[in-house]
Amino acid sequence: MYAQLVKSEGTSREDMSPEEIAFQGRIDRNEKIEPKEWMPEGYRKTLIRQIGQHAHSEIVGQLPEGNWITRAPTLERKQILLAKVQDEAGHGLYLYCAAETLGVSRDELLERLHSGDMKYSSIFNYPTLTWADMGAVGWLVDGAAIMNQVPLQRTSYGPYSRAMIRICKEESFHQRQGYAIMMKMANGTPAQKKMAQDALNRLWYPSLMMFGPSDKDSVHSAQSMAWKIKMNTNDELRQKFVDQTVPQAEYLGLTVPDPDLKWNEEKGGYDFSEPDWDEFYQVLKGNGPCNKERLGARVKAWEDGAWYRDAMVAHAKKKASRRPVAAE
Amino acid sequence: MPSLPDIMTPNAEELAKQDGGKGGHAPLPDADQDAFFEFLLRMGDNALILGHRNSEWCGHGPQLEEDIAMSNIALDLIGQTALWLGLAAEVEGKGRSADDLAYLRDVWDFRNLLLVERPNGDFGATLMRQFLFDAFHFHLLQALTGSADPRVAEIAAKSLKEVSYHLERSAEQVIALGDGTEESRKRMQAALDDQWSYALEMFLGDATDVTMAASGIAPDPAGLRQAWDDTVLPVLAEATLDVPDSTFAHKGGKQGTHTEHLGYILAEMQFLQRAYPGAEW
Ligand SMILES: [Fe+2]
Ligand SMILES: [Fe+2]
Repeated sequence: MYAQLVKSEGTSREDMSPEEIAFQGRIDRNEKIEPKEWMPEGYRKTLIRQIGQHAHSEIVGQLPEGNWITRAPTLERKQILLAKVQDEAGHGLYLYCAAETLGVSRDELLERLHSGDMKYSSIFNYPTLTWADMGAVGWLVDGAAIMNQVPLQRTSYGPYSRAMIRICKEESFHQRQGYAIMMKMANGTPAQKKMAQDALNRLWYPSLMMFGPSDKDSVHSAQSMAWKIKMNTNDELRQKFVDQTVPQAEYLGLTVPDPDLKWNEEKGGYDFSEPDWDEFYQVLKGNGPCNKERLGARVKAWEDGAWYRDAMVAHAKKKASRRPVAAE
Repeated sequence: MPSLPDIMTPNAEELAKQDGGKGGHAPLPDADQDAFFEFLLRMGDNALILGHRNSEWCGHGPQLEEDIAMSNIALDLIGQTALWLGLAAEVEGKGRSADDLAYLRDVWDFRNLLLVERPNGDFGATLMRQFLFDAFHFHLLQALTGSADPRVAEIAAKSLKEVSYHLERSAEQVIALGDGTEESRKRMQAALDDQWSYALEMFLGDATDVTMAASGIAPDPAGLRQAWDDTVLPVLAEATLDVPDSTFAHKGGKQGTHTEHLGYILAEMQFLQRAYPGAEW
């Protein structure tokens, strides 16, 4: 979801400088690259874009689920959901910090999000319409995020890799909680079961889109894979996701909304229908069902909070100037 | 019907003495169960409604760190709600659960202070409300750790740890925002002026408080005023804010006469339980 649409800015092998060749050697030996060390400008820029978009996805990702916090049906569900959405804010925080080690500030990245220069995962431009979506988002969206992020724990950039290790632990928690909601709904009243099926119907294809366009249409992968910023191809991850998720849907007694879905013994995986890629590109262009609301909510929070942030800075400065100078 | 005072009183302990009978030291809660239930609803509903209001900020805070901190406070309060309303349900003994109490009562059965149901306003107003409530909550819980009812004392002790942190944090923020810029000071002063008369409801006692104080379960709310002043006034002074000189207090929340806002909170909060009666979630 994060690596797929990031354009990497590399140099072809034959044009590499000796420094770049040595750098690539370190990556090939699975050495971690740390902030102070030399790195090609393209590597740095590509990482900033990828980590930044990942961070943005975490904080924009708070919104669709935040939409149900005040309507959660029990005190326990309210606590679980609130804690989950709070975790996503925490993920955003780790990732902005990781990006900062590359020499870009959080404010600068947010500016680029607000101006539309940087994207976030397309999935968060879909609405959450019923409580079952709180189950389906945890199960499918966090599930797809895990699929993407687990390999990134081994990514070449140290701070990114360490952020991923922390984040993955929490994401698998989220997925289990989401699935638990789906279990309740799928085994609940007829209305609840209907809600669960409806959530799966709406979120299945957008979840498949989270892995990005098909490899044959994805032009920017090679360099990122050489740099170990991206570890698997989009299609590999999507296949893995489908293979993992279909039996889970069956266990719930729900139907995956794909009439062509069937087990392929030969490849040891499911054959399945591609999502509607036209829709995907429309969503990226800003024409998804909730693009305006999502980005609008982020911009509003930022602008409404300006006086607060200014005041905090002003107070800190006053405090520092009031502090008596310590005698040496 | 015994002539228990049903007026708002600034001194419940005084009235308790006049009430004779129970005295101020009955060690065990053979107290009026209805009053005990009412008191527990007040504790639970304050936490529930304030937690709900705070949770409205999740994803919309002015800064990521603040977003997380505000959600944390909301989480603590919802956790405390489950404990207080759980005990309320037990004391009531009619087979209702904490969730039944939270999700299936109408406005007039809610017993929270008016202050906590008021709309959030800007982040500064939310923090001011939090601070005024935290200071009260802190001293109340501290007193409740010595409650004659061990279940109350236990919940209070657990909550007090969380609320000490809430108070520390909200006090810091009120100071910073009052002291910050001209604009932030203006906003904080407006929030304080706006909320002061709602905050004073915290110290008005009634018949329920009299019964609770008499049985040693809970303190007289008026008796908390001094401690509250001692906590709140220095913070407001450091924040360069002027304390409103009004002594007028809005009242009614504790008895179930609310502002128009609570109905909307419940409409939202209770939607699923109302639309799908009996379903499990
Ligand atoms: Fe996350
Ligand atoms: Fe997550």
